Amino acid sequence: MRRILAILLENEPGSLSRIVGLFSQRAFNIESLTVAPTEDESLSRITIATKGDDQVLEQIVKQVNKLIDVIKITDLTERNHVEREILLIKVLAMNDKSRTEVKRITDIFRGSIIDIGKQVYTIQLAGDADKVNAFVQTLAHETEIIESVRSGCVGIARGEKALRV
Amino acid sequence: MSTPLFTGAEMVVKALSALDVKYIFGYPGGSVLDIYDAIFQQNDFEHILVRHEQAATHMADGYARATGDVGVVLATSGPGATNCITGIATAYMDSIPMVVLAGQVPTSLIGDDAFQETDIVGCSRPIVKHSFNCRSLADIPNVIAKAFYIAKSGRPGPVVVELPKDLLIPDNKGEFHIETNVQMRSYNPTKKGHPKQIRKAVQAIANAKKIVVYSGGGIVLADASELLTQLVEKLNAPCTNTLMGLGGLSGTHKNFIGMLGMHGSLEANKAMANADVILALGARFDDRVTNNVKKFCPNATIVHVDIDPTSISKTINAHIPVVGLIDIVIQQILDELDATNFTIDQTSLDTWWQQIEQWRSVKSVSYQQDDGKIKPQRVIEAMYKITKGEAYVCSDVGQHQMFAAQYYPFAKPRQWINSGGLGTMGFGLPAAMGVKLAFPDSHVICITGDGSIQMNIQELSTCSQYNLPVVIVTLNNRSLGMVRQWQDMIYGGRHSSSYMESIPDFVKLAEAYGHVGIQIDTLDELDSKLAQAFEIKNKLVFVDICVDEKEHVYPMQIKHGSVDEMWIKKGVKA
Repeated sequence: MRRILAILLENEPGSLSRIVGLFSQRAFNIESLTVAPTEDESLSRITIATKGDDQVLEQIVKQVNKLIDVIKITDLTERNHVEREILLIKVLAMNDKSRTEVKRITDIFRGSIIDIGKQVYTIQLAGDADKVNAFVQTLAHETEIIESVRSGCVGIARGEKALRV
Repeated sequence: MSTPLFTGAEMVVKALSALDVKYIFGYPGGSVLDIYDAIFQQNDFEHILVRHEQAATHMADGYARATGDVGVVLATSGPGATNCITGIATAYMDSIPMVVLAGQVPTSLIGDDAFQETDIVGCSRPIVKHSFNCRSLADIPNVIAKAFYIAKSGRPGPVVVELPKDLLIPDNKGEFHIETNVQMRSYNPTKKGHPKQIRKAVQAIANAKKIVVYSGGGIVLADASELLTQLVEKLNAPCTNTLMGLGGLSGTHKNFIGMLGMHGSLEANKAMANADVILALGARFDDRVTNNVKKFCPNATIVHVDIDPTSISKTINAHIPVVGLIDIVIQQILDELDATNFTIDQTSLDTWWQQIEQWRSVKSVSYQQDDGKIKPQRVIEAMYKITKGEAYVCSDVGQHQMFAAQYYPFAKPRQWINSGGLGTMGFGLPAAMGVKLAFPDSHVICITGDGSIQMNIQELSTCSQYNLPVVIVTLNNRSLGMVRQWQDMIYGGRHSSSYMESIPDFVKLAEAYGHVGIQIDTLDELDSKLAQAFEIKNKLVFVDICVDEKEHVYPMQIKHGSVDEMWIKKGVKA
């Protein structure tokens, strides 16, 4: 089962390597990982999308929590939450037909074209993993994908619940 | 008057003094010469110069295991630091408090593949509790204070501190401030067990008809031996210790049913398999205990008390988990037993003990000594008699380790010192040296084999330098005994690379280092010569004992079986 873990940790050199190292050392899976300092620069926040059954997840959460730099970890998938990732994708837009079609698909998915070259469009799209997957698949039917990059997901709990020190 | 200023190297030394360090173990080299210069100019602690950095880590480790204090190692950058890796891993697996101070090339050269540069923080990352890169002079004292706090608190473990040379040299000086009362927002180990979980645990204990207490290294680390004994006596429960937990309950206590696991006693493993409640205290259901986890004690309610939440339900699901310091939690359990007016269900308990006595009567831990070669078990029994069971026994890894665990009943915790988790050959001698420094007036034995002793034999030289009169007892079977046992049992008797062809004359070797060497070849000279070895107090004695090379360690769990499926002796199943 896919889970999204949010981790708050000390923004120290080497903190990230401990998290990544732990996952490889203990053969846990990482689907995506994002990291950046928070508004309090002494803290970093990591979002990890991972897969595993309940027992594996319990171990992942405990093992991450055991790292000295980690202040808090929560499994966002346990309750209502919002997740988003950003996709930047460069596709061929050679003629009027394909340009129109790419523009139409982008509008339907509420993406935006953020750069135009002689023969390419670069598109930005934000959404959860399903939406991003669907968008990429739809585009692939219409035109050739030159390059794409995904941020990996970030997530936050709905309502009053917050992950903070 | 202006505030005095110190170099980084002086700060390291002042911090170690402030933390009451008595000994540090190490080896000098380019990046740490400033620290060595500062050590030369102080008298608060003694530096022990080893012959190989791996031995420094094991000495610090042995010292820590025997005293409970943090073991401290100092190594230079590059090879000095990487030589520490095995010792760090050994300490990590057995949760031993240790701080390794490692030199590093100057900050400006880090990442350039400079001479003797290794990313030791990166190399050691999977085998440390935590590590620090020191990046400023002012940080040094508090980083070291934090390293000690982390190493010793919660579930103890090794901490590595990397010190770049430019922070240590006389060019840079700063004020010395140290906060020994460490507070960290990201690290607050649990102390007390959750009251609700304690109530559940006590309920399970009270309803048990066939309880067994399974206690591990956590009891030893937390000095909770007396509390464990109180609890066992209050419940009149059978108690088994893990390899790491030996001495937690005295090996001569009437409720002690032996070590459990791969080479545990039949009664211990049978009690586990048939128990309705297993009270696991500071143990971690290691694969050398459980055997096949799928067949492990399916009918038991498992109460698991541990300071480390990751140890709980990692391999075996715990029905009643309790996270907390083991001494505090046992006290909570005792209090709750009192508060609920606990009384023993005598009928059930009597039936349970009768059953256990039946398993005990098999005498699974036994051997036959005939007129031929000396049996290794016989040596351990002789050692036990001569030292009245009061020696510190530091073991290497292999058959001799198991024989010592089985035939030397340890009365007290911290008396049995061995590499249980990592199984590090070469651990025994340096560990014994660390123990001898801490307890110069006690008998300190290194029980070893002809394979293990040669993995750190260079330390005989260190023993000469600091006059460390340990007694080395080598069960010499001219082969790698445990490897050969497996080859006999599992690999069709093909002894691939398990025969030691050019074993040195250990007696002459010991003498070459200025020690005493004693050779024992026959049974009739065993007791007298061994006694003679223990009478020599001011010199290291190396006793080389020729033992039966065909002897196997029994009992032994049958691979992939349940916890109590065992070979009792060659070809005989329980």
